[in-house]
Amino acid sequence: MVATSHDVMPDIELYQPTDEENALALANTLGADGWLVGGGQDTYGWLKDRNKNPAAMIELTQIDAWKGIKEIADGIEIGAVTTLTDIANNPLVQSRYALLATAAGKVASPQIRNVGTLGGNLIQDARCWYYRRGLDCYRAGGNICYADSPEGLNREHALFGASRCVAVSPSDTAPALVALDATMVVASSSRERLIPAQDFFVGPERDIVNMTVLNDDEILTAVRIPSTWANAEFYFEKVADRNVWDFALVNIAASFKVSGGSIEDARIVCGAVECTPRRLESVESAIRGQQRSEELAASAGEMATEGARPLNYNHFKVPLMQNLVKRAIRG
Amino acid sequence: MAYMHIGKDFVPPDVAGKVTGRIKYSEDYTREGMVYARLLTSPIPHAKVVSIDASEALAMEGVFGILTADDVYPDGEANSTGLKILTNEPTLVGEPILAVAAVDEKTAETAIAAITVTFERLPFVMDPVDSLEEGGPDAYNGGNTFVFREGFAQEKWTSDQVASFRAGNEPTAEPAAELSYGDLEAGFANSAFVYETPFTTAGYPHMSMEPRSAMAYWEDGKLYLHGTSQSLTALADGMAGIVGVPKEDLVFINAATGGGFGQRARAGSIPSMAIPAKLSQKINRPVMMRCTREEEFTIGGARQGFQGWIKLGFKQDGTMAAADLWIVSDNGGKGGGGDAFSATNAISIVYQAEAVRFRGVSIGSNTAHRGAQRGPGENQIAAIVSPILDKAAEELGIDRLEIRKLNTPQTGDVGGINRQPFTSAYMPEALEQAATAFNWEERITRSRQRNGSKVTGIGIGQGYHNAGRSGMDGIIMMGPDGRLRVHNGVGNLGTYSYASTSRAAAEVLKMPWDRCDVITGRTDNHLPITSPQDGSNSIFTNTRTCFGAAQDMLAKMKEIAAADLGGDPADYDVSNERVHQIADDTVGMTFGEVAQRAMELGGKYTGEAELPEELAEWTQISVSRLAGSGFMGVYHDPRHSNNPPGFTVTCTEIELDTETGKIEILDMVSIAECGTVVHPQGLKNQLVGGGVWGIGMSVLERHLYDPQNGLPASTGYWQSKIPTYLDTPLKIDTGWVDLPDPENPVGARGVGEPSMGSVSAALNAAVSDALDGHVFNATPVTTDMIVNHIAGISEEWVPLAQNNFRG
Repeated sequence: MVATSHDVMPDIELYQPTDEENALALANTLGADGWLVGGGQDTYGWLKDRNKNPAAMIELTQIDAWKGIKEIADGIEIGAVTTLTDIANNPLVQSRYALLATAAGKVASPQIRNVGTLGGNLIQDARCWYYRRGLDCYRAGGNICYADSPEGLNREHALFGASRCVAVSPSDTAPALVALDATMVVASSSRERLIPAQDFFVGPERDIVNMTVLNDDEILTAVRIPSTWANAEFYFEKVADRNVWDFALVNIAASFKVSGGSIEDARIVCGAVECTPRRLESVESAIRGQQRSEELAASAGEMATEGARPLNYNHFKVPLMQNLVKRAIRG
Repeated sequence: MAYMHIGKDFVPPDVAGKVTGRIKYSEDYTREGMVYARLLTSPIPHAKVVSIDASEALAMEGVFGILTADDVYPDGEANSTGLKILTNEPTLVGEPILAVAAVDEKTAETAIAAITVTFERLPFVMDPVDSLEEGGPDAYNGGNTFVFREGFAQEKWTSDQVASFRAGNEPTAEPAAELSYGDLEAGFANSAFVYETPFTTAGYPHMSMEPRSAMAYWEDGKLYLHGTSQSLTALADGMAGIVGVPKEDLVFINAATGGGFGQRARAGSIPSMAIPAKLSQKINRPVMMRCTREEEFTIGGARQGFQGWIKLGFKQDGTMAAADLWIVSDNGGKGGGGDAFSATNAISIVYQAEAVRFRGVSIGSNTAHRGAQRGPGENQIAAIVSPILDKAAEELGIDRLEIRKLNTPQTGDVGGINRQPFTSAYMPEALEQAATAFNWEERITRSRQRNGSKVTGIGIGQGYHNAGRSGMDGIIMMGPDGRLRVHNGVGNLGTYSYASTSRAAAEVLKMPWDRCDVITGRTDNHLPITSPQDGSNSIFTNTRTCFGAAQDMLAKMKEIAAADLGGDPADYDVSNERVHQIADDTVGMTFGEVAQRAMELGGKYTGEAELPEELAEWTQISVSRLAGSGFMGVYHDPRHSNNPPGFTVTCTEIELDTETGKIEILDMVSIAECGTVVHPQGLKNQLVGGGVWGIGMSVLERHLYDPQNGLPASTGYWQSKIPTYLDTPLKIDTGWVDLPDPENPVGARGVGEPSMGSVSAALNAAVSDALDGHVFNATPVTTDMIVNHIAGISEEWVPLAQNNFRG
């Protein structure tokens, strides 16, 4: 039976480590029973409604080493518990990686950005309401998808990559980081992994339960953005029903290197159309070396949605995605 | 007419408390020994409770008791669609089954998790039209509709009739209700332009910021209930009956309310406040029940959605010759409403249609309960009709402002199915004022201009609601300190009308406002009965009662002065807090002195004799408790005749991005026509607040239910898409006509509801304009619909599906 809203925190242990070592040790010890908390915006709804029932929360926001933005040898490193507001307002990010600053500034609402962290925005769980409601869908370990059914409510669901589950990547910063060729720094008590942003997110064909490659004992500690796309020409746009406090119907993050009106190189990524940020590599190839023009933009838009398989209520995402690609290339 | 208070801004007495946070809402109260209640609500859209096993929960430490439907309805539940306190026969997900009281909320929730409720699942339905079809499921136990005074009934159409309606045709089934006037056939025959279409309007929740929390305790046989309401005495009057306590033994405390919008006007729409009252009675402890945001959505109710068919005919000169409507209204899992009839009535009134017919049926669905919401019926239909009016104007070669002017209601006209005259109607002035403020002639030239991917849309819309009642009571008091105490039973739902209506009494007695006290906030302050604060009526209704009570006190002052100082009462007047001879103002008494004298005289001067015979029972109780304690003015307002309308006109300019489907409101002007303006700042708040509501209705808000399992999908603010600060224009310009209504002593009428309808009508018209006159025949018109339309993607696979469950 589906739980109705309880909206009261259950009894739960709370750990507030102040250093990396303790945090990683806790993650290692608690494993799947330890729920990582950044700003809490993807936490308290789950726990209060008792649709996720971990034994303990590990709050990460007191670990200074995982906060802040600093220059590194090749680019910048952003701690995973840096708030979205800090990223959106950071002069370094604004000047070199405006794509990320813009994307971070479009997340949710000012209040949520003030407490919400980059790590939280990247690893937040699927926003499909059936799943969030606590229904026994594939993603929740069941054997049905309520959204991908003749009567399912799927206006906000996937055009691509459906594999039993049709939930989409809800993040605004994830497409920006893929478009910036970022690297995720993932730590556990025994090792550190460096994972390209593009490979960090996983679709349901590979893992129906998790949206990232993080293991239960691992923590995303930082994001590194290389200088490859620093100061490139960027385009970010998020189309949502509302202009604040909403998830994207479709978003787009794109980086261009342009010379004399010709596109030398590009990375174009759409969010909210697939379970992972969808990099449009065929479009990138098609426009590389081409002069920017309305015709190029239009044909690239058409190409972007090849293979799209709309559900009952999300056909509009096809022209919307085409238009956003067109706008990005048009510049 | 020059006034001392009417039409002047002032600072209502609760503002400081709201700004500083000192004012208390129901959740802010505590009481020694207070425990907390939480609800177990139905996870199933339609079911019967077979058994409840709470033994484990009741054995838990810190758990004090449980309340079930068997406790509150020992003789069985009422056989009606009315909201119940608790139920064993839920007809929507989230309906309260039982409440548990515990030392804290966490313990109560843990106890609830240990309770086993066994349900018998029953067939459920989300779409009223599915229920209409032969063999379709019924939302209620006993049918799919409820006939007043008769009970549950079944309305069924053949499959062919349902299919034909869904295909967009005029329903061929017998309507449950049919009302009309004029020669409809001749009207259409004489029309040069006839527009016929199916249409849908969304029903969605009220979104009050304050959840419907309540705290209750019993002391010396009296129930003290801290609650939330948009009415004060009117709601308390009904709540006494719901709890089952004599009126004189209920103290309802409600100093401030965080929004009502129709759902908290009457006790029947918020019976959940009886849960802590009953639970407190059972366990003999004060009980606080804080409702969750989700509960606010599931048991808080929603507007009725429409699936309908409309046919409008216009003569060559642009006059509306005929209007024909057939509406299937969504009655939800509980409640209901008259939205569809009100919608038809509004067309008759606002556009002065020469012949009108209403046909309709209200059908249940296992969704949120339905009830009045800001302009119930009038506002939905305003958004549907406005783009059609523009289509007619375009076809007939008439300016869009002009077609509204030539169909406008005005003083001397009648309106509605019952052909009722207006008390007054200054819509022509409102249209003119809006056009001037908006600079219509220049703006309309920008219509459909393109700027890259963006197109300009211009829209105009009109809003209406009947805005005044009568027959209520007024009480004012004065003591030897000479201060005027206005006992006001109007609720404090954020409109400040509890204070602004009190100023009618101050006006009569020419009292400085700082020498007046508004006595309100709790019923043991001995307040008169008022009409429930729905239907935009408070300003009209309660300026009449406050004015009347002050007139009674004024007459008594003159009598006392004449008796003590000589002459005839007619020789006296009041000024500067004195009653004095007109010919020689040195001969007189201060208000303090006259109040002292009144208390010495007693009898009718102190409410102990010669009371108006028609006082309501509630007022009689209040008067009896005040009697003898001060100088009293008391009044029963006789019934007025005719329809006091509240009108608004809105003009807007938008930019619609054809690539994203997003719209931006560049400019918006709303003009009110509500008689004499009593409180300009309050009116402005209503115009702007209603405007934000109109934006939500037109392009954003939604109310989703999953047809597979009957679960509500939009039970929070982000899922429901209420407008945010960045979805509304930086500024909505406002103005008002400010001409007096002859049936109100200060010339005032209400206007809270129409301010939403005109914005919604203007915005839908502007979207239609930006899309070369395409009419969606639906509200809301959302981003995806616009993108689909521009891309030529058909939405035919979801006909009439915007009502509740559009994905």
